[in-house]
Amino acid sequence: MTNTTDFQLDRNEVLPQLIQEPDKFLIIAGLAGTARDIAHLCGVGSSNYYAMAGAMGGAVSIGLGLALAQPERRILVCTGDGELLMNIGALATVSVMKPANLGILCVDNGHYGETGNQQSHTGQCTNLATMAHGAGIPKVFSVSKEEDITVARNIIDESMETYFVHLKVNDGPPAKIKRSLDAQLTKSSFRKNLLGHP
Amino acid sequence: MSFEIPIPQSGESQWPYELYQILKNEGISQFSYVPDAGHKVLINLSLSDPEVHSIPLTTEEEGVAMSVGAHLGGEKHVVLMQSSGVGNCINMLSLPRLGKFPFLALISMRGDFGEGNPWQMPMGKSIVPVLEACDVIYHKVEEPSDVLSTVTAAITMSFQCNESVFVLLSQKLLGAKKF
Repeated sequence: MTNTTDFQLDRNEVLPQLIQEPDKFLIIAGLAGTARDIAHLCGVGSSNYYAMAGAMGGAVSIGLGLALAQPERRILVCTGDGELLMNIGALATVSVMKPANLGILCVDNGHYGETGNQQSHTGQCTNLATMAHGAGIPKVFSVSKEEDITVARNIIDESMETYFVHLKVNDGPPAKIKRSLDAQLTKSSFRKNLLGHP
Repeated sequence: MSFEIPIPQSGESQWPYELYQILKNEGISQFSYVPDAGHKVLINLSLSDPEVHSIPLTTEEEGVAMSVGAHLGGEKHVVLMQSSGVGNCINMLSLPRLGKFPFLALISMRGDFGEGNPWQMPMGKSIVPVLEACDVIYHKVEEPSDVLSTVTAAITMSFQCNESVFVLLSQKLLGAKKF
């Protein structure tokens, strides 16, 4: 049973502490809250992240395709509990491949924040860290209080094996930010930044 | 290239081996799949080839999203799936369609020519209308002599024109499973 008192941290305070140098990573952001979190963290016009606004359930798999294509770069998938739950099997696929350069940071607020704040499965009984462990992710770490942040930051910065950081936050809103919803334009700028051509 | 594609065993079709060679020659380095008997040779070749990534999926839509990630990182990806898996991909296809990402899928058909399992028929009959509704390109292959030219054409349309392209390998080509 999920302990609802675990959902205490403020995403807007913790994420900048966990990802102190966003430029070091290529980041895939899930839709809704985490897309805003990452756009805010990297800067809206930055080209080192690709953020979704639909195609729910795809973030981890996009990250896996990117991680296999770019083994020298550190890839970070930042996504929410609802987006991850839609294709939770992707964690099993990641575990089979185990790319050393791929990490997943799940920002779990226990709610579907974009659609009226309905309680999600994780807000009731589902533990995503346990599921990640069960899928076979080599390194799994949960963050629900201030004391956990330093360890999680070190994992995100330095882990040499596939990791899953489960960040539990309250259901307060993500950063207010206007980001591009043009999937072609953001694709081209991401590729130009990484590969030198669109 | 150091990986040598083995010779087909006696009684085996030649075209899946030639097809694998074409996919590799075109620079495809990521092969993902939900296993299907119709793709057995391609799957096994990708598993034994250290020069490519061979990725087993839990659902076909992971392969759609992986293709997008591969393109963001400068690699080429192909998804191998049974026709029933197309139904699992519909919403995820939004991503390559909207973002103009190349997407290539080879589909082993069920629920078409000579199908003996009634559970396969509904999706088998729905696949063409579904692909049309999704506004993607598809080509059906029924003869071994058409496989290589069709897949070559699909690769060109996908990776040069950033289209989503499906090649449907009919049970006329693959043979229908006996029930």
